[in-house]
Amino acid sequence: MATQNSRSAARLMLAPAVILLLGWMLVPLTMTLWFSFRKYLPLRGGDQGWVGLDNYVRFVSSSSFWPSVQTTLIIVGGVLVITVVFGVLLALLLDQPMWGQGIVRILVIAPFFVMPTVSALVWKNIFMDPVNGLFAHLWKFFGATPIEWLSQASIQSIVMIVSWQWLPFATLILLTAVQSLDGDQLEASEMDGAKPLQRFGYIILPHLARAITIVVLIQTIFLLSIFAEIFVTTGGAFGTKTLTYLIFQRVLESQNIGLGSAGGIYAVILANIVAIFLMRIVGKNLDA
Amino acid sequence: MGTITLKQVTKSFGDTQVIPPLDLQINDGEFVVFVGPSGCGKSTLLRLIAGLEDVTSGHIEIDGADATNIPPSKRGLSMVFQSYALYPHMSVRKNIAFPLKMAGIEPEIAKKKVEDAAQVLNLTDYLERRPGQLSGGQRQRVAIGRAIVREPEAFLFDEPLSNLDAALRVNMRLEISELHQELATTMIYVTHDQVEAMTMADKIVVLQAGVIEQVGSPLELYSSPANRFVAGFIGSPKMNFIEGETAAKYDAHAIGVRPEHFILSNKQTKDGWEGKVEVSEHLGSDTFFHINAGKQGVLTVRAIGEYALRHGDACWVKPDEDRIHRFDAAGLTLGS
Repeated sequence: MATQNSRSAARLMLAPAVILLLGWMLVPLTMTLWFSFRKYLPLRGGDQGWVGLDNYVRFVSSSSFWPSVQTTLIIVGGVLVITVVFGVLLALLLDQPMWGQGIVRILVIAPFFVMPTVSALVWKNIFMDPVNGLFAHLWKFFGATPIEWLSQASIQSIVMIVSWQWLPFATLILLTAVQSLDGDQLEASEMDGAKPLQRFGYIILPHLARAITIVVLIQTIFLLSIFAEIFVTTGGAFGTKTLTYLIFQRVLESQNIGLGSAGGIYAVILANIVAIFLMRIVGKNLDA
Repeated sequence: MGTITLKQVTKSFGDTQVIPPLDLQINDGEFVVFVGPSGCGKSTLLRLIAGLEDVTSGHIEIDGADATNIPPSKRGLSMVFQSYALYPHMSVRKNIAFPLKMAGIEPEIAKKKVEDAAQVLNLTDYLERRPGQLSGGQRQRVAIGRAIVREPEAFLFDEPLSNLDAALRVNMRLEISELHQELATTMIYVTHDQVEAMTMADKIVVLQAGVIEQVGSPLELYSSPANRFVAGFIGSPKMNFIEGETAAKYDAHAIGVRPEHFILSNKQTKDGWEGKVEVSEHLGSDTFFHINAGKQGVLTVRAIGEYALRHGDACWVKPDEDRIHRFDAAGLTLGS
C-alpha cells in the first residue's frame, strides 16, 4: 500500500467491515446508555420516561452491589493466579521429551473444547455432588465428612471449575513460549553456575513474561463476564453473585431494564478500570 | 592451571558413533583450534569438554583431575556460544555479572570485576543497554566479557565469529588473539574456517568424521600435512591434486601442489605443463588463475600482483619441485 491510489482504494474496501464492526459495537452500547436513564419495566407499564440518574443511584445503593464487585474480583483474580501458576508448571512439564507426548498434549487441551455450561454441570453433578459425587466418595473413603462444595465453599468451587476450563488456554500459550526459549541461553546459564531453580527464576520466567501478560489480559476480558458457570451451579446464591449475574437478575428476574442497563454501564467502567491497572502493571512487558 | 587431557573419549548418539576413541593433550596457555568441515564432530567435542554432553566412554582430565562426571559449572571453564546466548532481559552489566552473582561473589567486588572486563572490551559506554540494542560485534564482546569475569581455567569458543560480517570478523579475530596474549589462559576454539585456524592457533587439531587427522602448529600443517585431507583443507585456495600419469612420474598415487608453488609463464618452457587460462580472479595483491592444463586437469595458480593473462591465453606452469606433496592410494603422505 505504497501509492496514494492504493491507499484510498484500501480505505474504500476496508470501509464496509469497519462500519459493520463499529455499528455492531455502538448500537448496543448506545441503547444500553439510553435505557439506563429511563424507567423501563416491561411487565409493569413499559417505558415510563426519563428518570435521570435514579437507576445509577439505585444500582449502587443496593445492598448486593459491593459484594458482587468483590465476588467478581475474587473469581477473576483467583482464576488468573491458578491458571498462570499451573499453566507455567504444566508448560514446563509438557516441554520435557516423554513417551506419548502428542496424546498427553491433546488431553491437556481438551477441557477448552467443552462448553462452559456442560463443564459446570459435569463438575456439579459428577464431582461436587455431596451424596453421589466423586469427591464425596473420596472423602468418605478416608472417613471424612463430604464437603457440600457449592454451598460451603461456593466461590472456591466456581474458581476451580473456571480454572479447569481456562488452564488449557494458559498452558498452550505458555508452552509455545517455553518452546521458543533459546536452548543456548539455558546452557550458558548452566555453565555460569545457575542451579535449576535459578535457571527458572533468572532465564525461563523473564522469557515467559510476555506470554504471561497476554494470558492475563485475554483471560481477564473473558473472566469478567463469566455467567454460565454460576447460572447452572449456584444460581447466584451463597455469595457467588458477580456483577454480570446481578445485572442478569435485575433485567430478567426483576424485569427492570433501566436498572439493569445502569448496571451494565458500571460493568463497562469496572472492566476499564481493571484493564488500565493491568496495562500499567504488565503492559510494560509488551514494550521490550 | 589449564591443562586438559582427553583419554580414549568416545561419544555416541543412539547407535551412531560420532566420535571414535580419541586422545588429545591441551597444554596450559595454549590457543588450540579445532577445525574441520561441518558435521565433523568438532562442536560435539567442545561440548564434551564443557560438560554439556556426557561422554559415552573414556575420561576427561582438567588440571590432572578426572572431570568426566563433574557438572559444567564446576569444571572452571567458560564458553562463548555461536549465538552469543546473552540473556535478552538483562542489561549488559547484569549479563556480565551473572556468573559472579551465581557464584555468590560480593556485589562490590563483582561490580569492580564487571567494570574491569568492560574496560578491556570497550564496553564501558554500553553497560546499561540491553543486548537487543547492541550490534553483532558488541554482543560478541559481551559474551566474551561474561566468560572472562569468572577467571576460568580455559575458554571454550564455539564458532564465535560465524554470525559476523567479514570486516568485523577480521577485527574480532585480532581482538581474541590479543586477549589471549593478555590473559595467557588456555583457549579452545572451534571453527570451520581454516583462515581463522591458521591465523589464531598455537596448535590446530584437524578433525574429520570425529577422527583427529593431524595435530600441529599452523605452519607444520601447511608445509607437511599428514594426509591428503589435511593438505586439501589447510591453505587457501585449495591445494591442486594431480593423479594418473603425472603422479606416477613422481612415484606416487597422487601429487599435490599449492597454488602459490607454481611458476607461471606465458612463454613456452622446457618442462612446464601447457594450459589455457579459463578464469582469472584479480585481487590486486594477487591474481588467481584457473588453468586447464589438459591431462593434469584444472589447476588453480597464484601469481603475485597483476599478471597480464586473459581468458583463453596459452600459458605454461611448472611446479616447484621442492614443494610437491606425494600421496599414496590411501591418501597418506609418502616420505621424501
